[in-house]
Amino acid sequence: MLMLYHDTVESEVLVHKPWFIGCIFAIVLAVFLIFNVAGTTMGELLRPVIGDHAQVKFYSRIAIAFVIAAMFCLNLVLIGFVPLKIQIGIVWFELVLLFLSLFAAFDLSMPFIWANLPFLITQGVVTTVYVSAMSLLFASAIAIIGAIAKLSSNGMAYAIVSFYTSCFRGLPLLMQVYLIYMGLPQVGYVINAVPAGVLALSLCSGAYMTEIFRSGIASIDRGQWEASRSLGFGFALTMRRIILPQALPVIIPPMGNTFISMLKDSSLVSVLGVWELTYLAHSLGQPTFHTMEMLVTAAMIYWILSACLELVQSRIEDHFARSKKR
Amino acid sequence: MSDEVIEAKNVSKWYGAFRALTDINLTVRKGERIVICGPSGSGKSTLIRCVNRLEAHQDGEITVTGIRLHNKMRNVAEVRKSVGMVFQHFNLFPHMTVLMNCMAAPMWIKGVPEGEARKIALKFLERVRIPEQANKYPAQLSGGQQQRVAIARSLCMEPAVMLFDEPTSSLDPEMVAEVLETVTGLARDGMTMVCVTHEMGFARAVADRVIFMDRGEIVEEGTPHDFFRNPQHERTKLFLSQILSH
Repeated sequence: MLMLYHDTVESEVLVHKPWFIGCIFAIVLAVFLIFNVAGTTMGELLRPVIGDHAQVKFYSRIAIAFVIAAMFCLNLVLIGFVPLKIQIGIVWFELVLLFLSLFAAFDLSMPFIWANLPFLITQGVVTTVYVSAMSLLFASAIAIIGAIAKLSSNGMAYAIVSFYTSCFRGLPLLMQVYLIYMGLPQVGYVINAVPAGVLALSLCSGAYMTEIFRSGIASIDRGQWEASRSLGFGFALTMRRIILPQALPVIIPPMGNTFISMLKDSSLVSVLGVWELTYLAHSLGQPTFHTMEMLVTAAMIYWILSACLELVQSRIEDHFARSKKR
Repeated sequence: MSDEVIEAKNVSKWYGAFRALTDINLTVRKGERIVICGPSGSGKSTLIRCVNRLEAHQDGEITVTGIRLHNKMRNVAEVRKSVGMVFQHFNLFPHMTVLMNCMAAPMWIKGVPEGEARKIALKFLERVRIPEQANKYPAQLSGGQQQRVAIARSLCMEPAVMLFDEPTSSLDPEMVAEVLETVTGLARDGMTMVCVTHEMGFARAVADRVIFMDRGEIVEEGTPHDFFRNPQHERTKLFLSQILSH
């Protein structure tokens, strides 16, 4: 894991400082005194603490706030004792639990979700992943050509690419999707919904990624070019073997961002009636008023897919961290 | 075939309106060791960068190993294959190991098979006396070691001439010696070289000829003995007094 510059001076653990814990305790206490949780799921969990809260409302609220604040602070102090990796694991686990309990409060119909999940995955997820993956591929190709054109001394190439990036970064993606799907037939080329979606997504992300690639390539020291050229490497060889491998570590994090946002932006293709995740979630839930079930499920699936991309990104970053070690 | 490795005739170069090189005439024969010195901004680096076409000259002609570098020539790669260059800031490829830095050019340019390239690389790493660092990355090495790797990397292409562009200028004082020793070793083995440097001790010990440049011109040229003992021009005297006084 890469961190900020790690100071070697030993510092005290923040969550073990009495004043800090005191502050946190006071804040949590105040929050739960202001917001009454007695009637909610959380309040029900704390029923043993408060007894029959209907009778003494004020005291039950104090009791709940006090117990929650105490548990929260104890949790903080305990987490402060364990090593970094375990800390990360515990906090993640707790946040996920909290998040899921939020959805539990929505009172969703689980049987409905289980019944529709297989189709949501085999049709929706597959289409979403297909559209995103194709766009990702095309966008990368566009980006690398665009970046080189933008860095070249060819005025025409520069003009074309800067016009392209300006245009496709400037128009809302939804407009692009519509314009391509309904505009191309106007000039005599009828395009299907999926290719139209892929085209719009590739062109849009390609425009963003052109800038990412350009800045990545430009960030490599001139000396690398000079050394390569002086050894007799041609342009393509220098680019492929020397410049791009060094530019990639700079490019990967913003590219991960673009890919993740593209994955989610693929939901815009639903306006063309493509049976991808968002469209299906909407159309499966609506007839029986189970919209929330399907939306939450689709949201979770998007998150899982994004998390996979994040994982891939961090793997690649680790891979490139090798030559930085000392 | 003549034994002139580099021949520059009336070479001039401009950066916009600024004239960086003025009518440079320079001949380097096989086995010759030339040191170019001069105040900063005098065009010494520009001159040797013109020899392998990292910079283009606008007037005159440069011939390297019989190949004439002229303005329309595209196949500069041929020249670059036979001209090694060592930079002030090393310019090693940081994403490759030391060994790979040395193997890259023979493999990718000459098409040498990997095993053979490894042998060549190790041979020259041995020669600059750091074979034990072969599997490290450049960032793990000291400046002096990095510069020696850079020298080995150039040698792996078995060039006809080596160009050194202030090879010790960005090194800590204690590392200058190890790099100069390496370069001196090469000189002793008969390598043709042109070295831009401020190391006058090195020039005295190694050079066949010392060239003094100022404001884009070659002001004076001579054997180290004559150059240091008996400089002819005022500008040379001034430069030498400044550089040797401390």
